[in-house]
Amino acid sequence: MQLTLEFGGGLELLCDSVKIHNINVALQNGIEKLTMKDLLSWVRTNLIKERPEMFMKGDSVRPGVLVLVNDCDWELSGQLDTTLEEKDVVVFISTLHGG
Amino acid sequence: MDSNGGGEVCRILRELKTLKASKSDIERRISDLEAQLRELNLNNGTVVPNGSSCTLMSTVDSGFGHGLSADMIYRYSRQLLIPSFGVQAQSNLLKSSILVVGAGGLGSPALLYLAACGVGRLGIVDHDVVELNNMHRQIIHTEAYIGQPKVKSAAASCRSINSTIQIVEHKEALCASNALEILSKYDIIVDATDNAPSRYMISDCCVVLGKPLVSGAAVGLEGQLTVYNYNGGPCYRCLFPTPPPTTACQRCSDSGVLGVVPGVIGVLQALETIKIAAAVGEPLSGRMLLFDALSARIRIVKIRGRSLQCEVCGENTAFTQKQFSEFDYENFTQSPLSTSPLKLNLLPADSRISSKEFKERIVNGEANVLVDVRPPHHYKIVSLPGSVNIPLSRLESRLPEISSFLNETKERKALNPDSVPSLYVICRRGNDSQRAVQLLHKMGFTIAKDIIGGLESWAQDVDQNFPTY
Ligand SMILES: [Zn+2]
Repeated sequence: MQLTLEFGGGLELLCDSVKIHNINVALQNGIEKLTMKDLLSWVRTNLIKERPEMFMKGDSVRPGVLVLVNDCDWELSGQLDTTLEEKDVVVFISTLHGG
Repeated sequence: MDSNGGGEVCRILRELKTLKASKSDIERRISDLEAQLRELNLNNGTVVPNGSSCTLMSTVDSGFGHGLSADMIYRYSRQLLIPSFGVQAQSNLLKSSILVVGAGGLGSPALLYLAACGVGRLGIVDHDVVELNNMHRQIIHTEAYIGQPKVKSAAASCRSINSTIQIVEHKEALCASNALEILSKYDIIVDATDNAPSRYMISDCCVVLGKPLVSGAAVGLEGQLTVYNYNGGPCYRCLFPTPPPTTACQRCSDSGVLGVVPGVIGVLQALETIKIAAAVGEPLSGRMLLFDALSARIRIVKIRGRSLQCEVCGENTAFTQKQFSEFDYENFTQSPLSTSPLKLNLLPADSRISSKEFKERIVNGEANVLVDVRPPHHYKIVSLPGSVNIPLSRLESRLPEISSFLNETKERKALNPDSVPSLYVICRRGNDSQRAVQLLHKMGFTIAKDIIGGLESWAQDVDQNFPTY
């Protein structure tokens, strides 16, 4: 499944400072759908190069990270259970405090 | 320059300083008097005879039912001419009161525009003083105010743009014990602060008082903007119920910020505030604006609504004013409300050395290796001669380099076989160097010592010409 992932608010520093990743996630045999939970573990294994605790806590993202699926807060689509579709855009953004 | 010339320069500088001080004093008195006069005019409806400074004074209703005087009509005419804004929106604006918390990178442009557009009363909270390294982004301040309170400087700039509005100076740090009293005097709150505990505190206070909150943030080349607690929309805690780990809270003083980036967000904060105060348009509630300066992209995303489970604004929660004023925000977020830098103390005294003592050892020709553990882009700004740059994040994998530096130094200095060169670690302020020394001790480099206070202390105690940042 082809997806576009974007990291912002400093999270890109965890994946070699690259903000946009066009990825292709292979689906398991016999399984048709990919959930956000599956995607998070894929990201952790394949994209996060350092300090994974700055990205994840347990099987979700750490506090202070907003997850957007097609420009929509993942709280509105079922969080970890959100089902992804071909060409979806998923954004991970750390909240900023500076000013 | 000869010594006479030097004396002359000193005298001129002294006189300039005195003159500038009395100038700002006089300006302050003028605007105080003008404010008094306006109050008096409004209260007894007296018409002040046309004089040379009448533009400031004829604030009396011109009798067209919208409350704008002739001067106000002229001053704000370009806003009155916008069909979807018009005189009604301007009249609403003139009756509104806005509090901006923080007169820094976000607050500077927000305050300038809010003063210019004609809000009725504009409050400014800040406890900091203006510093040279603020000037690139905190455009409300001028060099003449370096060392003076930001509130005073910001208020003077706002008054010089618009002497007809009321400006209130709150020269104090906002905390849970004074926030209710200060925020309750205003209709709309603008969060232009720079730290996580302040953001939770201001949002909670707005929920308790039922005030809309225009929240902006910027670090590096990115910014974020949204409106909280507006018309049944979410509060900050609905979005971020659990504070982030302290290591995830980047600050401008550590991570840097391009001046124009908080500028863009601060201007947009002023815009959202004006829309709410004037009751026009659709405020950015339930949506968030994400600004990425480097790729020139602005993305507006839909965020969750008010959470029924929110601990502050949720359905069955009763977060009271009393609970608010007793809440420990520093403990909740594990970070300080003030921006004073962290001072760790992780090492025993015999594993530490002052910058002065380090200097003496160099002068005495001691054989040593100095490892600078700052990130490479810091090292490129300025570094001590002879130091080697191994960033803390890479230290563990680059230990063999330290061994070979120690060996090289030993050979170069022709030390006898039993003695080893000293190993010192330095960073910007002396926190990461302690973390590095802890790691080095654990990995067998027990001779490693930390230079207390880092390059900042070197600049302060050893070489005053050494650049700080
Ligand atoms: Zn809430």
